[in-house]
Amino acid sequence: MFSQPDRAGFLPLARLPSLLAKLMALDYQCLGPAVENGAIVMRELDAPDGLPRGLQAEQAPGRYRLTQDPHNRYFAWANGPQAIKPLAFAPKESLWCVERDAAGALQFAAVLPEVPRQAIIGVRACDLAALALQDAHFLREGRRDAHYAQRRERLFLVAVQCAVPAATCFCASTGDGPTPTAGYDITLAELAEGFVAVAGSPKGEVVLNALNLSPATPQQIEAAQQQGQTAAASQTRSLPTRDLHDALMSRLEHPRWDEVAARCLACGNCTAVCPTCFCHAETDEPSLDGHSSEHGRIWDSCFGESHGHLHGFNVRPDIRSRYRQWLTHKLATWHDQFGRSGCVGCGRCIAWCPVGIDLTEEVAALTASVVQP
Amino acid sequence: MTAGNGMDAGPPHAATVVSRIQESPTIFTLKLRFTDAAVQAAYRFGPGQFNMLYLVGVGEVPISIMSDPADREVIGHTIRAAGRVTRGLAELKAGDQVGLRGPFGRGWPLQEIGGRDVVLVIGGLGCAPVVSVIHYIHKRRERFGKLVIIQGVKHTEDLIWREQYDRWATLPNTQVLVAADKGAALWPWHVGRVTELFSLAQFNPERAAAMMCGPEGMMRAAAENLLQRGLPESRLYLSMERNMQCAVGRCGHCQLGGSFVCRDGPVFSWGQVKDLLAHRGF
Repeated sequence: MFSQPDRAGFLPLARLPSLLAKLMALDYQCLGPAVENGAIVMRELDAPDGLPRGLQAEQAPGRYRLTQDPHNRYFAWANGPQAIKPLAFAPKESLWCVERDAAGALQFAAVLPEVPRQAIIGVRACDLAALALQDAHFLREGRRDAHYAQRRERLFLVAVQCAVPAATCFCASTGDGPTPTAGYDITLAELAEGFVAVAGSPKGEVVLNALNLSPATPQQIEAAQQQGQTAAASQTRSLPTRDLHDALMSRLEHPRWDEVAARCLACGNCTAVCPTCFCHAETDEPSLDGHSSEHGRIWDSCFGESHGHLHGFNVRPDIRSRYRQWLTHKLATWHDQFGRSGCVGCGRCIAWCPVGIDLTEEVAALTASVVQP
Repeated sequence: MTAGNGMDAGPPHAATVVSRIQESPTIFTLKLRFTDAAVQAAYRFGPGQFNMLYLVGVGEVPISIMSDPADREVIGHTIRAAGRVTRGLAELKAGDQVGLRGPFGRGWPLQEIGGRDVVLVIGGLGCAPVVSVIHYIHKRRERFGKLVIIQGVKHTEDLIWREQYDRWATLPNTQVLVAADKGAALWPWHVGRVTELFSLAQFNPERAAAMMCGPEGMMRAAAENLLQRGLPESRLYLSMERNMQCAVGRCGHCQLGGSFVCRDGPVFSWGQVKDLLAHRGF
């Protein structure tokens, strides 16, 4: 965000509502952090001044607790269980429907979602990196997913620099954060007296220009830069290298897979909160009279028994093979598919695992060099 | 290999069951034609590719295409009634309609193996993806060298199209080797493992190509045998089966390492998949 400091404006704290008001005036439904069931979720804001302050999320393996930020900031929380993914890749949606007339003839029709323009306030660098991967999957050249595209192109993304990473965060080691560098319409860095604001797209520029911000001072830009470096340095977890393809694929029979399988419940929480997981099942919901049916999709998990189901046998009948499928896909074969790892270091799979399995710890154990006696 | 030119993830097009043939107590063939003549006229596929068949209110299944690509009138699918959708498809009769989209995936590399001896290794029931290749080669016999068909089944009644095997065995330059794990009265072929027949197969490994379809254990044993005889790895192909729901490399179920079997397969060369096939769970 600081590659072009001359383009950075400064949004005083008291004027944050004017940014939201502008987005609302442009007919964007504004989504921001809200507390639901003890966690931060993205919900529609009813007023420009509706953003909550002082929320912080303390995270650890198998643990997520909201606490009070002593500095009463807007964005001192690292992340919630979901951010952008469900707004572009819907958890459940119809794809097409079919009707059968009295003569038995079938009529098929595509079902496209009606989606409002949505602005998400407070997305993180990890979320943006994950969205770029979801884009690569769903908007692949020649095979564009119309449903994903419909939602995706209506999104307006207001990113924030992460000043307070959680203990589960490791985006610095994956190269994806904590300061957003691409993929946003506007990005903010929260300082005590306001926000350093930079536009990252033409539509972001239109919004920021309308606010008539004064340029950010060199001191403010320096403070934001410093804040990003401090946040990166505060992260205690990491992956040993960004490309673990060969390290993992050469250890497919490592005893650690059995060990982690003994702890893993195969609940699928990690895949549900992972911002890059894209697996989904296709489903049919027939009408009661049997004359019509809706064909749709619903998020699926490689930890479920049905994921590897074939008639007569299951490709992954046990938890060992399912955990190994997840981890090797995410960190190894993702490189074959998308040219980078599928992990953006958000740490959600660590916090939301009911038994606290820590991906970084598993990778460390799997890739530790064998010590000869 | 034949690249997919299939329709997208949906919706399918309506197709009519032109005829239904009961091949064995659990295996049947549906010959389908799109109700829209323009869709039927535009439809092209290569042997080894598959279609998604949709049964209203139940769901879709991937089924390989067994008819000849030159047949522009109907699209043939031989199906075993095994799950919810296929048991429902088994109840259809001529005139009924289903949804059809395809073709998907990469088929057999038939252009690349022209002029070669062809060894086909088939395991299990029917194995339509390879049977379509037999039809294909027989209609274009002069383009290929020797044809060796090696088929293994568990029970003798699992061998469908028995008369065809008898007929193929009488054709010039064609060798048919069939084995059933468990024999029965009047079974004219070998009783035992199909791999016991490999030593009888007559082909020149230096100019041959092989295509396999069936249980992975059988294909691994067959690959080991063929490679030992000197067949180069680059000319050994196999058709893989995985859970497929979208058919366009999107839903994620069919992943085999970095490959989406529905999009990058189902036909692979041995070198592409041998490392992962050595491990259970991929």
